[in-house]
Amino acid sequence: MTPATPLTRLTFFLAFLKIGMFGFGGVAPWARRVLVEERRWLTDEEFAALMGIGQILPGANVVNASVILGDRYFGPVGSLLAFGGIMGAPLVVLIGIVSVYDRFETLPDVQAALAGMAAAGCGMVIGTGLKMAAGLRRDVLTIALGLGALVPVLLKAPLLLIVLVLAPIGLGIKWRKRAR
Amino acid sequence: MNAPLLAKVGVTFLQLSLLAVGGANAVIPEVRRAVVVRYHWMSDETFTHLFAIAQSAPGPNVMIVSLVGWRLVGLAGLLVATIAMLGPSCLLAFGVGRVWSRWSHAPVVGMLQQVLAPIAVGLIAASGLILARAADASIAAGTVTALVAAFVLFTKRSPMWALAAAAIGAIMLRRMGMPF
Repeated sequence: MTPATPLTRLTFFLAFLKIGMFGFGGVAPWARRVLVEERRWLTDEEFAALMGIGQILPGANVVNASVILGDRYFGPVGSLLAFGGIMGAPLVVLIGIVSVYDRFETLPDVQAALAGMAAAGCGMVIGTGLKMAAGLRRDVLTIALGLGALVPVLLKAPLLLIVLVLAPIGLGIKWRKRAR
Repeated sequence: MNAPLLAKVGVTFLQLSLLAVGGANAVIPEVRRAVVVRYHWMSDETFTHLFAIAQSAPGPNVMIVSLVGWRLVGLAGLLVATIAMLGPSCLLAFGVGRVWSRWSHAPVVGMLQQVLAPIAVGLIAASGLILARAADASIAAGTVTALVAAFVLFTKRSPMWALAAAAIGAIMLRRMGMPF
C-alpha cells in the first residue's frame, strides 16, 4: 500500500485539476480514483457519503462535494481551490474544442472516437459504482439501501423522492438497532 | 458586448441553479426549454450540437451551460453563465457542509453517513446504466461499456488507457465498416 499523499493547498488543488482534466463523460469516477485510490485522503465510505450529500443538494454533484471537502480541509480557500481546479482547466479545454469542433466533427474517425469514448465513459461510471459497492459494509440494510436507490432510478422515479424516502427509513432502522 | 443579454443569461441560470436536483443532467431539459423555447436564443439543432461538444469535453457535465454563455456573449457570457449556474448551489453546499462538520461528532451524523453511502452508490451505478442506455447504439458499444466497467473494477491502472483503447477500437471497427 502506498502511503497517503501529504495534504497541502497545492496537492489539493492539483488533485482537483486532475479530476476536472481527465473527467471525460463525467467527473465522479475520477474523483473516486484520485481522492480514494491515488491520494488516499478519503475512505470509500467517506467518499460515498460525501457524494451522497452532493447528490441530494441541487447543482453539479461532484462540484458540491468538492466545495464541501475543500472547506473541511482548508476553509473557504479550500472550497475555491477545489472549484477552480475542477472547473478551470476543463473550461479552457472546452474553449479550445469549440474553436476546432466545427472543422473536425464531420470526420468519420472523430465521430467514431467520440462514440467509443462515450461508451467507455458509461463503463467508467458503472465500474466506479461497483467498486464503491465493494468498499461498503456488507450488511442487509446497506445492500437494501443500495438496491433501493438503484432500481427506482432505472424506472425513472425522481431522485429527490428516492433519497427522501430511503434516508429516513435507513436512519430509523439504524437508530432502533442502536437503542437496543 | 451585449450587456442586457449578458444580464438575462445570468438571471436565467441563477434561477435554474437551485432547481438542478439530481445533477447537471437532470436540469438539461430545463436549460433547453429556457434557451430554445422561451428566449429563442438558439435553434434546437444548435443546442444539441453544443450538448455534444460538452459531452465530448472533460469536466463536469454542467459545462453545457458555460457553452451556451460562450455562444451568446463570448468569454464574459461563459464566465457569467458558469458562475450563475454554480454559485447558488455551491454556496448552499458550503453551508450544508459547515453544518455537517459542526455536528460530525453527533452519533446521528455517523449513522446518516452509513445510510447515505449505499444510496449514493446505487444512484451512481444507476446513472451509469441510464447513460449507457442512451449512448450505446450497437452491440460493440455495449461491449466496450462492459469491458471498461470490468477494467475499472478489477485493475488499478488508469482508466485513461481504457478511454484511449475504446476510441481506437471504435475507429478501427467503423473503418472496417462495422456498426459502432
